[in-house]
Amino acid sequence: MTALQLTGLTVRHHGPRGPVAAVDGVSLEIPPGTTLGLVGESGSGKSSLARAIVGLTPVHGGRVLLDGREVRARTVGDRRRLGRLVQIVLQDPDTALDPRMTVRQTLGEAATAFHRLDRQARAERVTALLELVGLNPRFADRLPRQLSGGQRQRVAVARALAVEPGLLIADEITSALDVSVQASVLNTIRGLQRRLGLSMLFIGHNLPAVCYVSDAVAVMRHGRIVETAPTEALLRDPRHPYTRTLLASVPSLRTSLPDERPS
Amino acid sequence: MPLPTRYPRSPMAWVTAAMLASLVVLALAGPLLWGAAADRPDPSAVLQGPSAAHPFGTDSLGRDLLARVLTATRPSLLLALAATAIGAGTGILLGASTAVVGRRTRRLLAGLINLLLAFPALLVAMFLAVVFGAGAGGATLALAVAGVPGFARLAQTLAAAVAGTDHLASARVLGLRRHRLLWRHVLPNIAEPLLLSATTAAGTSLVALSGLSFLGLGVQPPGYDWGQLLNQGLDRIYAQPLPALAPGLAILYAALTFQLLGEVLAGGVARRGPAPRAPRQPVAPSGPAEDGLVLQVEGLSVELPTPDGVIRPVRGVGLSLRPGEIVGLVGESGSGKSLTALAIADLLPERALVSHRTLRLLGADLGAMTPAQREHHLATGLAMVFQNPATALNPSLRIATQLTETVRAHRGASRAQALAEASDALRRVALPPALLRARPLQLSGGQRQRVMIASGLMVRPGLIIADEPTTALDVTVQRQITRLLSEIRRDTSAAVLFISHDVALVGEFCERVLVMYAGTIVETLPADRLATGTRHPYTRALVESVPDLTADRDRPLPTVEGALPEPLAPAPGCPFEPRCPRRRDHCAEETPPLEDLDAVHRVACWYPVAAEVVAS
Repeated sequence: MTALQLTGLTVRHHGPRGPVAAVDGVSLEIPPGTTLGLVGESGSGKSSLARAIVGLTPVHGGRVLLDGREVRARTVGDRRRLGRLVQIVLQDPDTALDPRMTVRQTLGEAATAFHRLDRQARAERVTALLELVGLNPRFADRLPRQLSGGQRQRVAVARALAVEPGLLIADEITSALDVSVQASVLNTIRGLQRRLGLSMLFIGHNLPAVCYVSDAVAVMRHGRIVETAPTEALLRDPRHPYTRTLLASVPSLRTSLPDERPS
Repeated sequence: MPLPTRYPRSPMAWVTAAMLASLVVLALAGPLLWGAAADRPDPSAVLQGPSAAHPFGTDSLGRDLLARVLTATRPSLLLALAATAIGAGTGILLGASTAVVGRRTRRLLAGLINLLLAFPALLVAMFLAVVFGAGAGGATLALAVAGVPGFARLAQTLAAAVAGTDHLASARVLGLRRHRLLWRHVLPNIAEPLLLSATTAAGTSLVALSGLSFLGLGVQPPGYDWGQLLNQGLDRIYAQPLPALAPGLAILYAALTFQLLGEVLAGGVARRGPAPRAPRQPVAPSGPAEDGLVLQVEGLSVELPTPDGVIRPVRGVGLSLRPGEIVGLVGESGSGKSLTALAIADLLPERALVSHRTLRLLGADLGAMTPAQREHHLATGLAMVFQNPATALNPSLRIATQLTETVRAHRGASRAQALAEASDALRRVALPPALLRARPLQLSGGQRQRVMIASGLMVRPGLIIADEPTTALDVTVQRQITRLLSEIRRDTSAAVLFISHDVALVGEFCERVLVMYAGTIVETLPADRLATGTRHPYTRALVESVPDLTADRDRPLPTVEGALPEPLAPAPGCPFEPRCPRRRDHCAEETPPLEDLDAVHRVACWYPVAAEVVAS
């Protein structure tokens, strides 16, 4: 369980006309053991925010505090300290896993990143991790191309959990998956979160999916947070016009739009 | 690495293997068999021409030249391989490490590689050979250094692709050390192209090294390699050509072998896909036309050869669309919904085998047409909108060119007329006509998808097939695109076939929904029955698995357990049977046909779910 606090976080990218602020002075807080959902459209800066927290993108301003302590990712030593606390699962199931490594090798590598494990302990750990994310342990000796997209994303989640982080960042992990597969990955995430007491930052553009796993939701647009509220409150009473637009755009089978369907 | 033996049909592979084997045998056995003869001076037979005793003649000390050429195979090859190995090894390490070092070091390394590339390799080699001092070691080292920049740049480019992948980012977040990232994650993923180019480079090194020896910068007497022998033979080439030609031919032979080996290996990598097979579909007239249908498809099947055997991803699909109708085609990835669309549009790869009982577009029978007629009819009657607007437009052409090329090609419209129509089309998709002068890169994803739709509208199609047109777009943009399609349908009475995996989206703006599973249509129903009136267990599970904003967060979402059936070995019976909660013995034995439940609702299930009473 790890608390995350961002104050005035700014990340800039090189654009064609000089630097562009992808994340523009964002302040957020995730209390330990809770999940914050982060929604926004592509280009709103969600992924830059996530990558800045784990040190994959340099921070140009503001602070990242984990359990009240400022983190940096300058050296390999810094990065290792950071990696024990925070792990990230990324979007693309096609490149999420090293295509030349079996599931066992991938998970074994992650499990031994910070601890030494003998052969026996490593095999047990791999089995336990696969079971944790709801995969059959016989998948251990498969290569990524022998797995479906949903299975690959589960392995990626297992790899992130192998170091027992206090905070897990999930960056659009279900965006590339079918709706039916998305449901089972969401169930897995929800179950893990309750069982392990993880803090989590769940990023996505699919509002129902984000709301389903999050205790609170932050809405991001053009690099800024426009609204943050507990999930129920946000759904019941959205304050910002952009949040209302997002909510109105969600397709739903239960509410039809009479103006679009002729009788 | 695929070996040439995996491609026994290629004569080139066999020739290369034989040439390589001959070189290896010569390099191993040459010095043992002919080493003594090659070094034995014979004062009585100095500078002789070819004879029975000395087929290639003798040199100034009376040594047999044939034996010397054969014996020189080992040093020539070894030096070339050593130069390549050192050069490639250093270059690859230098280039690949750019993927794992910090940003400042990476910039420094990239600058260094650029700088090194500016010097021509052979000049560097000769310069260094002089600096290091004439001799085998100096020449090899000089060539190795000269080869470093080329390999460094290649490795840098390849490693940059790996550096952008999610798995390397994850490995970095795990805090793995740099050497581990390099050895475990970067190098194995770029090894294949690097090995291929190292093979070719070995041939070049051999020629370059012989050149250095020929110039007197390489192997020094009493040692000798092919370059040395060439040098010694050249003095009397006009009197006796063979002593010079023989080592020259040996160099050529070995260099050719390495080049061919590189070609064969690269060809093997490229050909790893399934073997092409092109049986053209036989011309088969379709069944009777039904009046007033835009699209009429019956019994559509697609067979695709894969490396493991032939699969049938589409099996007997039937669908029909009336003018002005929006029909949704829903299914998971792998269900065959996109292949169905591609088969209708005749866009499948050559090796796919399409068969159908009826395939009519706007009443005309596509099955009875010649390929040219079919192409014309499809180009003017059908518009396709694809999933990824980023790749569907040609990035180098202006929007105006891309919008007008179809009408100019198929209707012979003039440039001015085509441009006027293009502005109209853009206006219809709510884009300013000024965009005609823009290039695709200047547009957002939503704008590009509108341009794609506008481009489809240019031919005034009777049918628009939209294959996941909003999957790559944001929800607010998605809403705009679906609204746009509805409007177009209303204004032009074109029919729209909307393909998506998102059952909620399809249910919201289509009138009729076809649900596809494992290559067959399992249910067709009016969209307003999706929420509560589905009868097929698969459709019901699919609908329930969609999270809703009102979903109870304390309960797990219902899921469809299991996976799509193995396409290579389809079991008899209902394809959904292994995952079905309502299965009985009969389901595994016989495939249920798609049968009418009422006038608008058809289902392929032996034991359909009871219709829920709609609580209102």
